Amino acid sequence: MQPTFNSSRILLPVRPWFIALTLTIAMMLNTVPTAHWPGVPDWLALVLCFWSVREFRRVGMGWAFVLGILMDVADGAVLGQHSLAYVLLAFAASALSRRILWFPLAQQALQILPLLLMAQVVQAGIRLAAGADFPGWGYFIGPLFATLLWIPATFVLLLPQFQPVERDDNRPI
Amino acid sequence: MAGIDHAPPPFFKRGPAPLALLIFYVAASIALFVVDLRFKSLDLLRQSVALVIDPVQRVAQTPGSLVDIAHSYLEGIGDLREENAQLKHAKLTTAPDLERLAHLEAENERLRRLLAVRDREKARGQVAQILYTARDPFSRRIVIDKGQQAAIVAGQPAIDENGVVGQVTRVFPFSAEVTLITDKNQAIPVQVVRSGLRSVAFGLGNGQLEMKYMPANADVQPGDTLVTSGLDGIYLPGFPVAKVVNVERDSAYSFARIYCEPVAGVENFGEVMVLDRRENLPPQPADEARPAAEGDGEKGSLRPKKRAAAKGGH
Repeated sequence: MQPTFNSSRILLPVRPWFIALTLTIAMMLNTVPTAHWPGVPDWLALVLCFWSVREFRRVGMGWAFVLGILMDVADGAVLGQHSLAYVLLAFAASALSRRILWFPLAQQALQILPLLLMAQVVQAGIRLAAGADFPGWGYFIGPLFATLLWIPATFVLLLPQFQPVERDDNRPI
Repeated sequence: MAGIDHAPPPFFKRGPAPLALLIFYVAASIALFVVDLRFKSLDLLRQSVALVIDPVQRVAQTPGSLVDIAHSYLEGIGDLREENAQLKHAKLTTAPDLERLAHLEAENERLRRLLAVRDREKARGQVAQILYTARDPFSRRIVIDKGQQAAIVAGQPAIDENGVVGQVTRVFPFSAEVTLITDKNQAIPVQVVRSGLRSVAFGLGNGQLEMKYMPANADVQPGDTLVTSGLDGIYLPGFPVAKVVNVERDSAYSFARIYCEPVAGVENFGEVMVLDRRENLPPQPADEARPAAEGDGEKGSLRPKKRAAAKGGH
Protein backbone atom coordinates (compact mmCIF):
# COMPACT_ATOMS: atom_id res chain seq x y z
CA MET A 1 0.00 0.00 0.00
CA GLN A 2 1.09 3.60 -0.48
CA PRO A 3 1.20 6.26 2.25
CA THR A 4 -1.13 8.52 0.20
CA PHE A 5 -2.87 7.87 -3.09
CA ASN A 6 -0.50 9.97 -5.23
CA SER A 7 2.69 8.70 -3.64
CA SER A 8 4.88 6.43 -5.76
CA ARG A 9 6.31 4.84 -2.65
CA ILE A 10 5.23 1.34 -1.64
CA LEU A 11 5.01 0.73 2.11
CA LEU A 12 6.25 -2.38 3.88
CA PRO A 13 3.54 -4.74 5.14
CA VAL A 14 2.39 -3.89 8.65
CA ARG A 15 3.63 -5.99 11.55
CA PRO A 16 0.83 -7.38 13.73
CA TRP A 17 2.70 -6.75 16.98
CA PHE A 18 2.96 -3.06 16.10
CA ILE A 19 -0.83 -2.84 15.75
CA ALA A 20 -1.26 -4.50 19.15
CA LEU A 21 1.35 -2.19 20.68
CA THR A 22 -0.25 1.00 19.36
CA LEU A 23 -3.70 -0.11 20.53
CA THR A 24 -2.30 -0.85 24.00
CA ILE A 25 -0.59 2.54 24.16
CA ALA A 26 -3.81 4.24 23.03
CA MET A 27 -5.72 2.45 25.78
CA MET A 28 -3.11 3.55 28.31
CA LEU A 29 -3.44 7.16 27.13
CA ASN A 30 -7.19 6.81 27.61
CA THR A 31 -6.78 5.75 31.24
CA VAL A 32 -4.57 8.72 32.12
CA PRO A 33 -6.75 10.68 34.55
CA THR A 34 -7.78 13.55 32.28
CA ALA A 35 -11.52 13.06 32.66
CA HIS A 36 -12.16 16.59 33.92
CA TRP A 37 -10.41 18.29 30.99
CA PRO A 38 -12.72 19.21 28.13
CA GLY A 39 -11.83 18.10 24.62
CA VAL A 40 -9.49 15.23 25.41
CA PRO A 41 -9.76 12.91 22.40
CA ASP A 42 -10.64 9.24 22.67
CA TRP A 43 -7.20 7.91 21.68
CA LEU A 44 -8.36 4.34 21.35
CA ALA A 45 -11.18 5.30 18.97
CA LEU A 46 -8.70 7.26 16.84
CA VAL A 47 -6.13 4.45 16.59
CA LEU A 48 -8.83 1.82 16.08
CA CYS A 49 -10.33 3.94 13.33
CA PHE A 50 -6.92 4.35 11.71
CA TRP A 51 -6.19 0.62 11.61
CA SER A 52 -9.74 -0.18 10.48
CA VAL A 53 -9.23 2.15 7.52
CA ARG A 54 -5.71 0.94 6.72
CA GLU A 55 -5.79 -2.74 7.68
CA PHE A 56 -9.40 -3.82 7.84
CA ARG A 57 -8.35 -7.44 7.27
CA ARG A 58 -6.45 -7.49 10.56
CA VAL A 59 -8.34 -5.03 12.77
CA GLY A 60 -12.07 -5.39 12.52
CA MET A 61 -15.18 -5.53 14.57
CA GLY A 62 -13.93 -8.39 16.78
CA TRP A 63 -11.04 -6.27 18.07
CA ALA A 64 -13.36 -3.30 18.43
CA PHE A 65 -15.78 -5.34 20.53
CA VAL A 66 -13.11 -6.69 22.90
CA LEU A 67 -11.38 -3.30 23.26
CA GLY A 68 -14.77 -1.71 23.90
CA ILE A 69 -15.44 -4.10 26.78
CA LEU A 70 -11.99 -3.33 28.23
CA MET A 71 -12.69 0.41 27.95
CA ASP A 72 -16.09 -0.02 29.62
CA VAL A 73 -14.47 -1.66 32.63
CA ALA A 74 -11.62 0.86 32.73
CA ASP A 75 -14.08 3.77 32.61
CA GLY A 76 -16.57 2.32 35.04
CA ALA A 77 -19.21 2.77 32.34
CA VAL A 78 -22.08 0.41 31.60
CA LEU A 79 -20.80 -2.73 29.85
CA GLY A 80 -21.54 -2.62 26.13
CA GLN A 81 -21.44 1.17 25.80
CA HIS A 82 -17.98 1.51 24.28
CA SER A 83 -18.14 -1.83 22.50
CA LEU A 84 -21.28 -0.77 20.61
CA ALA A 85 -19.70 2.54 19.60
CA TYR A 86 -16.38 0.94 18.58
CA VAL A 87 -18.04 -1.85 16.60
CA LEU A 88 -20.06 0.70 14.62
CA LEU A 89 -16.91 2.80 14.17
CA ALA A 90 -14.86 -0.16 12.90
CA PHE A 91 -17.63 -1.22 10.53
CA ALA A 92 -18.08 2.26 9.08
CA ALA A 93 -14.31 2.82 8.80
CA SER A 94 -13.67 -0.45 6.96
CA ALA A 95 -16.69 0.03 4.70
CA LEU A 96 -15.49 3.52 3.75
CA SER A 97 -11.79 2.73 3.66
CA ARG A 98 -11.51 2.55 -0.17
CA ARG A 99 -13.15 5.95 -0.42
CA ILE A 100 -11.24 7.57 2.47
CA LEU A 101 -7.81 6.43 1.28
CA TRP A 102 -8.41 8.07 -2.08
CA PHE A 103 -8.25 11.56 -0.51
CA PRO A 104 -5.20 13.56 0.58
CA LEU A 105 -4.55 13.51 4.34
CA ALA A 106 -6.36 16.74 5.27
CA GLN A 107 -9.50 15.64 3.45
CA GLN A 108 -9.20 12.16 5.00
CA ALA A 109 -9.39 13.86 8.38
CA LEU A 110 -12.63 15.57 7.33
CA GLN A 111 -14.07 12.18 6.37
CA ILE A 112 -13.02 10.75 9.75
CA LEU A 113 -14.74 13.48 11.77
CA PRO A 114 -18.32 12.21 11.29
CA LEU A 115 -17.22 8.66 12.19
CA LEU A 116 -15.61 9.72 15.47
CA LEU A 117 -18.51 12.04 16.23
CA MET A 118 -20.92 9.18 15.60
CA ALA A 119 -19.07 6.99 18.13
CA GLN A 120 -19.48 9.73 20.73
CA VAL A 121 -23.12 10.41 19.89
CA VAL A 122 -23.95 6.69 20.05
CA GLN A 123 -22.49 6.49 23.55
CA ALA A 124 -24.28 9.62 24.71
CA GLY A 125 -27.54 8.46 23.15
CA ILE A 126 -27.53 5.00 24.70
CA ARG A 127 -26.61 6.35 28.15
CA LEU A 128 -29.15 9.18 28.06
CA ALA A 129 -31.81 6.69 26.98
CA ALA A 130 -30.88 4.63 30.05
CA GLY A 131 -31.39 7.66 32.31
CA ALA A 132 -27.92 9.13 32.85
CA ASP A 133 -27.35 12.88 33.13
CA PHE A 134 -26.13 14.99 30.21
CA PRO A 135 -22.33 15.23 30.27
CA GLY A 136 -22.17 18.73 28.77
CA TRP A 137 -21.16 19.85 25.28
CA GLY A 138 -17.47 19.44 26.12
CA TYR A 139 -18.03 15.73 25.61
CA PHE A 140 -18.51 16.29 21.88
CA ILE A 141 -15.38 18.46 21.43
CA GLY A 142 -13.07 15.44 21.79
CA PRO A 143 -13.70 14.15 18.22
CA LEU A 144 -12.76 17.58 16.79
CA PHE A 145 -9.31 17.37 18.38
CA ALA A 146 -9.02 13.72 17.37
CA THR A 147 -9.70 14.81 13.77
CA LEU A 148 -6.87 17.33 13.95
CA LEU A 149 -4.64 14.51 15.20
CA TRP A 150 -5.39 12.33 12.17
CA ILE A 151 -2.48 13.73 10.14
CA PRO A 152 0.23 13.33 12.83
CA ALA A 153 -1.27 9.96 13.76
CA THR A 154 -0.92 8.77 10.16
CA PHE A 155 2.78 9.61 10.10
CA VAL A 156 3.50 8.10 13.52
CA LEU A 157 1.56 4.90 12.94
CA LEU A 158 3.01 4.34 9.44
CA LEU A 159 6.58 5.05 10.54
CA PRO A 160 7.77 1.41 10.81
CA GLN A 161 6.43 0.72 7.32
CA PHE A 162 8.54 3.50 5.79
CA GLN A 163 11.78 1.58 6.43
CA PRO A 164 13.53 0.04 3.40
CA VAL A 165 13.52 -3.71 3.00
CA GLU A 166 17.25 -4.20 2.56
CA ARG A 167 19.70 -1.91 4.29
CA ASP A 168 22.08 -0.11 1.97
CA ASP A 169 24.72 2.00 3.68
CA ASN A 170 25.31 4.11 0.57
CA ARG A 171 21.70 5.18 0.31
CA PRO A 172 20.82 8.47 2.04
CA ILE A 173 17.51 7.27 3.59
CA MET B 1 -3.53 0.11 -5.71
CA ALA B 2 -5.25 -2.56 -3.79
CA GLY B 3 -7.22 -4.62 -6.23
CA ILE B 4 -6.09 -7.89 -4.69
CA ASP B 5 -6.43 -6.61 -1.19
CA HIS B 6 -9.99 -5.42 -1.53
CA ALA B 7 -11.73 -7.91 -3.78
CA PRO B 8 -10.37 -11.42 -3.55
CA PRO B 9 -11.98 -14.07 -5.72
CA PRO B 10 -14.91 -15.69 -3.91
CA PHE B 11 -13.27 -19.11 -3.62
CA PHE B 12 -11.01 -17.90 -0.77
CA LYS B 13 -12.42 -18.38 2.71
CA ARG B 14 -13.40 -14.95 4.04
CA GLY B 15 -15.55 -15.65 7.08
CA PRO B 16 -19.00 -14.18 7.61
CA ALA B 17 -20.08 -11.10 5.68
CA PRO B 18 -19.33 -7.74 7.37
CA LEU B 19 -23.01 -6.94 7.73
CA ALA B 20 -23.70 -10.24 9.50
CA LEU B 21 -20.74 -9.63 11.82
CA LEU B 22 -21.97 -6.10 12.50
CA ILE B 23 -25.44 -7.33 13.44
CA PHE B 24 -23.94 -10.01 15.69
CA TYR B 25 -21.63 -7.60 17.56
CA VAL B 26 -24.23 -4.86 17.88
CA ALA B 27 -26.72 -7.38 19.27
CA ALA B 28 -24.09 -8.68 21.70
CA SER B 29 -23.26 -5.12 22.86
CA ILE B 30 -26.87 -4.18 23.42
CA ALA B 31 -27.52 -7.45 25.25
CA LEU B 32 -24.55 -6.74 27.54
CA PHE B 33 -25.78 -3.18 28.08
CA VAL B 34 -29.27 -4.27 29.09
CA VAL B 35 -28.09 -7.13 31.30
CA ASP B 36 -25.56 -4.92 33.07
CA LEU B 37 -28.01 -2.07 33.60
CA ARG B 38 -31.13 -4.04 34.51
CA PHE B 39 -29.98 -7.21 36.18
CA LYS B 40 -26.51 -6.21 37.44
CA SER B 41 -25.39 -9.82 37.08
CA LEU B 42 -22.11 -9.21 35.26
CA ASP B 43 -19.99 -8.34 38.29
CA LEU B 44 -17.84 -11.43 37.89
CA LEU B 45 -17.06 -10.56 34.26
CA ARG B 46 -16.31 -6.99 35.27
CA GLN B 47 -14.00 -8.06 38.09
CA SER B 48 -12.05 -10.48 35.92
CA VAL B 49 -11.62 -7.89 33.16
CA ALA B 50 -10.57 -5.37 35.80
CA LEU B 51 -7.75 -7.71 36.83
CA VAL B 52 -6.36 -7.40 33.29
CA ILE B 53 -6.95 -3.65 33.05
CA ASP B 54 -5.69 -2.74 36.50
CA PRO B 55 -1.93 -2.91 35.70
CA VAL B 56 -2.46 -0.75 32.60
CA GLN B 57 -4.32 1.82 34.65
CA ARG B 58 -1.69 1.86 37.39
CA VAL B 59 1.05 2.46 34.82
CA ALA B 60 -0.99 5.24 33.19
CA GLN B 61 -1.39 6.99 36.52
CA THR B 62 2.29 6.91 37.44
CA PRO B 63 3.20 10.26 35.77
CA GLY B 64 0.35 12.06 37.50
CA SER B 65 1.17 10.65 40.90
CA LEU B 66 4.88 11.45 40.39
CA VAL B 67 3.92 15.08 39.72
CA ASP B 68 1.84 15.03 42.90
CA ILE B 69 4.74 13.65 44.93
CA ALA B 70 7.13 16.22 43.47
CA HIS B 71 4.64 18.99 44.20
CA SER B 72 4.20 18.00 47.82
CA TYR B 73 7.99 17.59 48.20
CA LEU B 74 8.72 21.04 46.80
CA GLU B 75 5.92 22.72 48.70
CA GLY B 76 7.45 25.59 50.62
CA ILE B 77 8.29 25.17 54.27
CA GLY B 78 6.36 28.37 54.90
CA ASP B 79 3.14 26.74 53.66
CA LEU B 80 3.72 23.78 55.92
CA ARG B 81 4.37 26.01 58.94
CA GLU B 82 1.21 27.97 58.25
CA GLU B 83 -0.83 24.81 57.88
CA ASN B 84 0.67 23.43 61.08
CA ALA B 85 -0.27 26.58 62.97
CA GLN B 86 -3.81 26.40 61.57
CA LEU B 87 -4.17 22.78 62.59
CA LYS B 88 -2.92 23.54 66.10
CA HIS B 89 -5.40 26.37 66.34
CA ALA B 90 -8.22 24.13 65.12
CA LYS B 91 -7.21 21.47 67.61
CA LEU B 92 -7.32 23.98 70.43
CA THR B 93 -10.76 25.29 69.49
CA THR B 94 -12.23 21.79 69.42
CA ALA B 95 -10.35 20.69 72.55
CA PRO B 96 -13.04 21.60 75.12
CA ASP B 97 -15.65 19.55 73.26
CA LEU B 98 -13.34 16.63 72.61
CA GLU B 99 -12.13 16.44 76.19
CA ARG B 100 -15.65 16.13 77.44
CA LEU B 101 -16.73 13.74 74.66
CA ALA B 102 -15.44 10.61 76.40
CA HIS B 103 -17.16 11.68 79.59
CA LEU B 104 -20.41 12.43 77.77
CA GLU B 105 -20.34 9.15 75.88
CA ALA B 106 -19.87 7.21 79.10
CA GLU B 107 -22.72 9.13 80.67
CA ASN B 108 -24.93 8.59 77.64
CA GLU B 109 -24.23 4.87 77.70
CA ARG B 110 -25.11 4.68 81.41
CA LEU B 111 -28.33 6.62 80.94
CA ARG B 112 -29.31 4.51 77.93
CA ARG B 113 -28.77 1.39 80.00
CA LEU B 114 -30.98 2.84 82.70
CA LEU B 115 -33.67 3.49 80.12
CA ALA B 116 -33.12 0.03 78.58
CA VAL B 117 -32.47 1.55 75.15
CA ARG B 118 -30.05 -0.12 72.77
CA ASP B 119 -26.50 1.23 72.76
CA ARG B 120 -25.57 3.70 70.06
CA GLU B 121 -23.60 2.19 67.26
CA LYS B 122 -20.02 3.32 67.03
CA ALA B 123 -18.60 4.38 63.69
CA ARG B 124 -15.64 2.30 62.62
CA GLY B 125 -13.98 2.21 59.26
CA GLN B 126 -10.82 2.37 57.23
CA VAL B 127 -9.15 5.28 55.51
CA ALA B 128 -8.76 4.99 51.74
CA GLN B 129 -6.96 7.16 49.23
CA ILE B 130 -8.88 8.52 46.25
CA LEU B 131 -7.07 7.24 43.15
CA TYR B 132 -8.89 9.18 40.45
CA THR B 133 -12.29 10.30 39.22
CA ALA B 134 -13.93 7.59 37.15
CA ARG B 135 -13.66 8.59 33.48
CA ASP B 136 -17.33 7.97 32.76
CA PRO B 137 -18.71 11.49 32.11
CA PHE B 138 -22.31 10.35 32.58
CA SER B 139 -22.03 9.69 36.30
CA ARG B 140 -20.21 11.02 39.33
CA ARG B 141 -17.94 8.41 40.81
CA ILE B 142 -14.50 8.18 42.32
CA VAL B 143 -12.18 5.20 42.59
CA ILE B 144 -10.43 4.44 45.89
CA ASP B 145 -7.37 2.31 46.53
CA LYS B 146 -8.99 -0.34 48.75
CA GLY B 147 -11.05 -3.23 47.45
CA GLN B 148 -11.90 -6.85 48.13
CA GLN B 149 -8.43 -7.39 49.59
CA ALA B 150 -9.29 -4.87 52.34
CA ALA B 151 -12.71 -6.49 52.86
CA ILE B 152 -14.64 -3.60 51.29
CA VAL B 153 -18.11 -4.60 50.14
CA ALA B 154 -20.65 -2.76 48.02
CA GLY B 155 -23.01 -0.63 50.08
CA GLN B 156 -20.56 0.81 52.60
CA PRO B 157 -20.83 4.58 53.08
CA ALA B 158 -17.83 6.84 52.56
CA ILE B 159 -17.33 10.09 54.51
CA ASP B 160 -14.72 12.81 54.72
CA GLU B 161 -13.97 15.24 57.53
CA ASN B 162 -17.07 17.33 56.81
CA GLY B 163 -19.77 14.84 55.94
CA VAL B 164 -21.03 12.06 53.71
CA VAL B 165 -19.28 11.73 50.34
CA GLY B 166 -21.02 8.72 48.84
CA GLN B 167 -21.47 5.00 48.86
CA VAL B 168 -19.35 2.10 47.58
CA THR B 169 -21.19 0.65 44.60
CA ARG B 170 -18.69 -1.64 42.89
CA VAL B 171 -15.79 -3.54 44.36
CA PHE B 172 -12.77 -4.81 42.46
CA PRO B 173 -9.89 -6.87 43.89
CA PHE B 174 -7.63 -3.87 44.55
CA SER B 175 -9.94 -0.89 44.17
CA ALA B 176 -13.53 0.14 44.65
CA GLU B 177 -15.91 2.62 43.05
CA VAL B 178 -17.68 5.15 45.24
CA THR B 179 -20.79 6.79 43.77
CA LEU B 180 -20.98 10.38 45.03
CA ILE B 181 -24.18 11.64 46.65
CA THR B 182 -24.48 14.16 43.80
CA ASP B 183 -24.80 11.38 41.17
CA LYS B 184 -28.13 11.46 39.39
CA ASN B 185 -29.17 8.00 40.53
CA GLN B 186 -27.98 8.23 44.11
CA ALA B 187 -30.44 8.71 46.98
CA ILE B 188 -29.72 9.21 50.67
CA PRO B 189 -32.24 9.30 53.56
CA VAL B 190 -31.87 12.56 55.46
CA GLN B 191 -33.35 14.48 58.34
CA VAL B 192 -33.58 18.26 58.78
CA VAL B 193 -31.71 19.08 61.98
CA ARG B 194 -33.85 22.10 62.90
CA SER B 195 -37.28 20.53 62.52
CA GLY B 196 -36.55 16.81 62.62
CA LEU B 197 -38.33 16.34 59.28
CA ARG B 198 -37.37 13.13 57.45
CA SER B 199 -36.94 12.85 53.70
CA VAL B 200 -34.80 11.41 50.95
CA ALA B 201 -32.27 13.58 49.07
CA PHE B 202 -31.54 12.70 45.45
CA GLY B 203 -28.48 13.76 43.50
CA LEU B 204 -29.18 16.02 40.53
CA GLY B 205 -26.05 15.31 38.50
CA ASN B 206 -24.96 18.98 38.46
CA GLY B 207 -23.27 19.02 41.86
CA GLN B 208 -26.44 19.66 43.85
CA LEU B 209 -29.01 17.55 45.64
CA GLU B 210 -32.78 17.85 45.74
CA MET B 211 -35.24 16.81 48.42
CA LYS B 212 -38.05 15.33 46.39
CA TYR B 213 -41.70 14.72 47.25
CA MET B 214 -41.84 17.23 50.11
CA PRO B 215 -45.21 18.99 50.49
CA ALA B 216 -45.24 22.67 49.47
CA ASN B 217 -45.71 23.75 53.08
CA ALA B 218 -42.90 21.58 54.47
CA ASP B 219 -40.91 23.18 57.27
CA VAL B 220 -37.63 23.64 55.39
CA GLN B 221 -35.73 26.93 55.08
CA PRO B 222 -32.61 27.93 53.20
CA GLY B 223 -29.63 27.36 55.48
CA ASP B 224 -31.05 24.24 57.12
CA THR B 225 -28.59 21.42 57.65
CA LEU B 226 -29.50 17.90 56.56
CA VAL B 227 -28.01 14.92 58.36
CA THR B 228 -28.37 11.21 57.69
CA SER B 229 -31.48 9.83 59.37
CA GLY B 230 -30.15 6.30 59.77
CA LEU B 231 -33.47 4.75 58.75
CA ASP B 232 -32.03 2.79 55.84
CA GLY B 233 -29.74 0.48 57.76
CA ILE B 234 -26.75 1.70 55.73
CA TYR B 235 -25.78 5.17 56.91
CA LEU B 236 -25.33 5.77 60.64
CA PRO B 237 -27.58 8.60 61.87
CA GLY B 238 -26.21 12.10 62.38
CA PHE B 239 -23.61 12.59 59.63
CA PRO B 240 -23.97 15.97 57.87
CA VAL B 241 -25.04 15.57 54.24
CA ALA B 242 -26.06 18.90 52.75
CA LYS B 243 -27.19 22.46 53.34
CA VAL B 244 -30.43 23.78 51.87
CA VAL B 245 -29.63 26.65 49.48
CA ASN B 246 -32.92 27.33 47.73
CA VAL B 247 -36.57 26.51 48.35
CA GLU B 248 -39.15 27.12 45.61
CA ARG B 249 -42.77 26.91 46.68
CA ASP B 250 -45.04 27.13 43.68
CA SER B 251 -48.73 26.77 44.40
CA ALA B 252 -49.21 25.19 40.97
CA TYR B 253 -47.33 22.10 42.14
CA SER B 254 -48.10 20.00 45.17
CA PHE B 255 -44.42 19.53 45.98
CA ALA B 256 -41.80 22.09 46.98
CA ARG B 257 -38.54 22.14 45.08
CA ILE B 258 -35.75 22.10 47.64
CA TYR B 259 -32.17 22.37 46.41
CA CYS B 260 -29.21 21.56 48.61
CA GLU B 261 -25.42 21.79 48.36
CA PRO B 262 -23.34 18.91 49.72
CA VAL B 263 -21.42 19.70 52.89
CA ALA B 264 -18.53 17.30 52.26
CA GLY B 265 -15.93 18.08 49.62
CA VAL B 266 -17.40 15.62 47.14
CA GLU B 267 -15.37 17.02 44.25
CA ASN B 268 -12.09 17.14 46.17
CA PHE B 269 -9.20 14.77 45.93
CA GLY B 270 -7.65 13.32 49.03
CA GLU B 271 -8.76 10.69 51.45
CA VAL B 272 -12.11 9.29 52.46
CA MET B 273 -13.12 7.03 55.30
CA VAL B 274 -15.09 3.96 54.33
CA LEU B 275 -17.33 3.07 57.27
CA ASP B 276 -17.97 -0.54 58.20
CA ARG B 277 -21.40 -2.00 57.66
CA ARG B 278 -23.90 -1.44 60.44
CA GLU B 279 -24.31 -4.34 62.78
CA ASN B 280 -27.10 -5.68 64.96
CA LEU B 281 -29.84 -4.16 62.88
CA PRO B 282 -33.39 -5.19 63.69
CA PRO B 283 -34.62 -7.77 61.17
CA GLN B 284 -36.07 -6.35 57.98
CA PRO B 285 -39.80 -6.79 57.51
CA ALA B 286 -40.44 -9.96 55.53
CA ASP B 287 -41.10 -9.66 51.81
CA GLU B 288 -44.19 -11.84 52.14
CA ALA B 289 -45.91 -8.98 53.95
CA ARG B 290 -45.83 -6.81 50.85
CA PRO B 291 -48.70 -8.29 48.80
CA ALA B 292 -50.95 -8.08 51.89
CA ALA B 293 -50.01 -4.46 52.49
CA GLU B 294 -50.70 -3.50 48.92
CA GLY B 295 -54.41 -3.49 49.64
CA ASP B 296 -54.28 -0.57 52.04
CA GLY B 297 -53.31 2.15 49.64
CA GLU B 298 -50.19 3.97 48.62
CA LYS B 299 -48.16 3.69 51.79
CA GLY B 300 -47.44 0.02 51.51
CA SER B 301 -46.33 0.22 47.92
CA LEU B 302 -44.24 3.36 48.35
CA ARG B 303 -42.09 2.21 51.19
CA PRO B 304 -40.24 -0.70 49.59
CA LYS B 305 -39.54 1.49 46.59
CA LYS B 306 -37.92 4.12 48.76
CA ARG B 307 -35.81 1.55 50.51
CA ALA B 308 -34.67 0.15 47.21
CA ALA B 309 -33.79 3.65 46.05
CA ALA B 310 -31.77 4.30 49.16
CA LYS B 311 -29.95 0.99 48.97
CA GLY B 312 -29.23 0.67 45.29
CA GLY B 313 -26.19 2.46 44.02
CA HIS B 314 -28.10 3.20 40.91
